[in-house]
Amino acid sequence: MARVSAGVGCSHVPAIGVAMDTGITDQPYWEPVFDGFKFSRKWIKDKKPDVVFLVYNDHCTAFSAECIPTFALGCAAEFQPADEGWGARPVPVVKGHQKLASHIAQSVILDEFDLTIMNAMEVDHGLTVPMSVMFGEVDKQDEWPCLVIPLCVNVVQYPPPTGNRCYQLGKAIRRAIDSYPEDLNVMVFGTGGMSHQLQSERAGLINSQWDKQFLDMMTNDPVAASRISHLEYLRETGSEGIEMVMWLVMRGALDAEVNEVHRHYHVPASNTAVGHIILENKV
Amino acid sequence: MSKDYEDIPGTYVFDADRSREGYHLNMFCISLRIEKNRKKMKDDPESYLDKYPMSEQQKQAVRDRDWNGLLALGGNIYYTSKLAAYDGITFQDLAAKMTGTSREEYRDMMLRGGRPIEGNRFKSEWEKK
Repeated sequence: MARVSAGVGCSHVPAIGVAMDTGITDQPYWEPVFDGFKFSRKWIKDKKPDVVFLVYNDHCTAFSAECIPTFALGCAAEFQPADEGWGARPVPVVKGHQKLASHIAQSVILDEFDLTIMNAMEVDHGLTVPMSVMFGEVDKQDEWPCLVIPLCVNVVQYPPPTGNRCYQLGKAIRRAIDSYPEDLNVMVFGTGGMSHQLQSERAGLINSQWDKQFLDMMTNDPVAASRISHLEYLRETGSEGIEMVMWLVMRGALDAEVNEVHRHYHVPASNTAVGHIILENKV
Repeated sequence: MSKDYEDIPGTYVFDADRSREGYHLNMFCISLRIEKNRKKMKDDPESYLDKYPMSEQQKQAVRDRDWNGLLALGGNIYYTSKLAAYDGITFQDLAAKMTGTSREEYRDMMLRGGRPIEGNRFKSEWEKK
């Protein structure tokens, strides 16, 4: 049977992708950002996921103002890295696990979560940057080491889904994966955040104390984290900090009790606080 | 709908009202994601702008690259950042422009740990300044 072995939380700052693509990760500005992923790259190489279920948001790339699905599940065979206005990232095409994706779609829809199904979708830095930080540089001509099922969450137009809704959806995704007959090691990534505001006069807001409490809650008290209001995210973590609801999908897909095997926090990467956590289900 | 988030200073929460107002502006901005559209815009900015039924105010804010004005007129940062990318402006430099500081000052603020939350939660805290 398929099983969920671990969850990964991490930021998906576009400048992190640019730093990797232009080979400047050892510069003093970037070194402390990437140091925190050294363990993670070794860890994920050892753990060899077959599939990563990757929760992220599109940044007005695949979805224009014409169509704003709250939850969109990528069921395509492959997903091309998108040109976001400065050329597509030089990373491999992302390959999906179509059968597992459609199994999850059917299972969670019958579980009363009304997903949008995407049979064609480009993916932006929200998805490719977490892949890059976890798997390291992979040449465009090569392949990512695993298949990916993207779940795209609207966090651009207010309101995003509530933290609790995300947490409950994570639980439904877990039930779906647990009932899939193929023997697969599945990891769930929740991406975005941590505190950051990209817009207007309050841009640059960072709330490290809040972020660190959120990381604690990811490990020890996800139910409390699932109750954080949208207003608290907006006020305390910046208008774009609300992306952190996506970490709750990941956390919902894990056991109630988990082992925290790694944590990393650094300010800044561009405008953003970089947060990263690895949580394993207890075997 | 009540808007409990309207008392956050220096922030435009992109809700349905802003989305409605900014629809054509945002569609213009996202079009610049595509290389052939960037070329058309470069060749003849005015006629490219005319393809999108924006308000005159919105068009002027585009011409002026009035980054905060674009947000006030219904633009969303992920869309307006495409216009910035078209100009070759990075996200961090765009943020600096919106806060009215130089790129060096802004970068230094981020290196010092960012804009602190203390004093930046409520509009009333900014009015006292």
